[in-house]
Amino acid sequence: MPTFEKFVQEKSLSEINERIRDGSARVVTAEEMPDLVDELGPAGAVREVDVVTTGTFGAMCSSGVFLNLGHSDPPIKIAKAWLNKVEAYGGVAAVDLFLGATQPSEDRGIEYGGAHVMEELLAGKQIEVEAQGVGTDCYPQMELETNLRLEDFNQATMVNPRNAYQRYNAATNSSDRTMHTYMGTLLPRLGNVHYSGAGVLSPLSNDPSFDYIGIGTRIFLAGAQGYDMGSGTQHNPQNGFSTLMVTGDMKRMNNTFLRAATFHKYGPSLYLGIGIPIPVLNEKIAKNTAVRDRDITVPVVDYGIPRRDRPSLKLVSYEDLKSGIIDLSGKEVSTSSLSSFHMAREVARELKSQVEAGEFLLSSAVEPLARIGSSRPMKQTKESPNVGDGMSRDVVTVRDEIRVDEAARLIVIGSFDHLPVVSKDGRLIGIITAWDISKAVASGKSSRIAEIMTRRVYSVRVDEPIELAARTLDTHSISALPVVDRDDKVIGMITSDHLSRLLARRR
Amino acid sequence: MKLMLHVAPGIVRQPLIASVILETSALVNIERASIDAVSGEIVLEVPAEKCAVVKEAFERRGVKVVPLEIPVIRDENECVHCGACVSICPTQTFRFEDWRVVADEGKCIQCGACIMGCPQRALKLVLK
Repeated sequence: MPTFEKFVQEKSLSEINERIRDGSARVVTAEEMPDLVDELGPAGAVREVDVVTTGTFGAMCSSGVFLNLGHSDPPIKIAKAWLNKVEAYGGVAAVDLFLGATQPSEDRGIEYGGAHVMEELLAGKQIEVEAQGVGTDCYPQMELETNLRLEDFNQATMVNPRNAYQRYNAATNSSDRTMHTYMGTLLPRLGNVHYSGAGVLSPLSNDPSFDYIGIGTRIFLAGAQGYDMGSGTQHNPQNGFSTLMVTGDMKRMNNTFLRAATFHKYGPSLYLGIGIPIPVLNEKIAKNTAVRDRDITVPVVDYGIPRRDRPSLKLVSYEDLKSGIIDLSGKEVSTSSLSSFHMAREVARELKSQVEAGEFLLSSAVEPLARIGSSRPMKQTKESPNVGDGMSRDVVTVRDEIRVDEAARLIVIGSFDHLPVVSKDGRLIGIITAWDISKAVASGKSSRIAEIMTRRVYSVRVDEPIELAARTLDTHSISALPVVDRDDKVIGMITSDHLSRLLARRR
Repeated sequence: MKLMLHVAPGIVRQPLIASVILETSALVNIERASIDAVSGEIVLEVPAEKCAVVKEAFERRGVKVVPLEIPVIRDENECVHCGACVSICPTQTFRFEDWRVVADEGKCIQCGACIMGCPQRALKLVLK
């Protein structure tokens, strides 16, 4: 009916809820919406579609649950508590605990953590609770042990400070060693790219200007009906990195959508399914929910640089990332996800069937999400020393054509253990240790140090924080590092002795 | 077809692969080998038609041979089809099929890169 096109199409939320109640609401997933909007136009889509369901399923580290134990006899004011040997925060009143998803266990390390306790509770398993009390006139009990199941807690209320990132930086690694990160295993020399986020199905990418989502919005949280409490921590809508703070009753959740995980050499985390149904109230919302993978871009960030401001190598779309291969610096690099698009679809489909069945009503927000957020770097008031503050400038370098006996003499004279080997223009090309020389002398074979030096040499830059030098020494089990300037020229050495001296002075 | 060889301490220094190749004339490709002072674990790619004779020849020399029919063992209840295993596999064993992770037979060399890479701990190596 072409005459309708002249009017702006609008619907009210109560109209849509009425249709949901009587089972006549027309619901599609955010994956189906783009084609519909292409076909019908935004106005047509407003007429034809009432609700678009979104979904995301991935690692949501910033999650946890408030557990109320009820009062013991004699009563205890808990100072410290452990659930299956995972510490929960006890500094809230007497018997309220906050169990964080990423807290590792004290007996099993990172293979078991807060997320695993939540998963076991939800699966109906019994957990061991140990608590230490403060000991007061009103709460005399000092110690307590008990075994509890989810139903035994008065409340198990999930409160997640930062979930459902609108989109997330993809990760790669330019360094020469495999890195184990919260973005998974990143192979050396740009060996792979990992990404996270549901792209086309992402709740906040389907409502980037918060026309619907706000404080109090009813959401699908791991199978339960939960609520958005407002914008999440590090909420940064100005740059397209919005987040949500969410809450929900864990007793109503479903194990399919709440899964404990461990990132190798990183720690525990929680995979959660979150979905938000978005009412198609007007053409703007119709257009926003027509977003496609190709419209949502993220930088590919180099985790090989161990600093806060990691360089971005390229801007790519979720369409590029989902294709399985992207081009990075002329190299074809394999991509794969850490979040599950399969499960994100399950969330959006489950939500669709709940809305269609009249079980999930939409709610109007008390306030929209904050349009301006803050994700500033940390203000660091205590200056930490740089490599330049701790290193020795008294360094002797050699060229690779010198003989082993000459190198041995230099080591004896200078009482060094390490000699950096440099090219004609002073750039670091290798290193030789007293041990290398002893081996060469013992075997009696080599005469030039070029034959015996280590060419794969680790170094640090003079302006890098001392913590990085310590981490490099530790990771590679070595005792000294050449210090280089911006041009890779050797200007000093830093050793484990220097680091311990610096640490001793600081204390 | 891939065969995994477990070589016992007593025979690890013998030229086992060379002698089996000479005996069977099979075009064998060594895909992975980790050998130390006491034992060895080797994965070979062997043409399908030569598989039985190669297996028998190794077994005669005292080597335990396991045909790698299943790529890796996956716990279907744990897998969430995230894809963390896909790009870290050196032999492209895993791929997405309609966003579910599937593992192709005959590609896995039992290197174990995916085992710790799986956040849900859903994967296990054959015989580990």
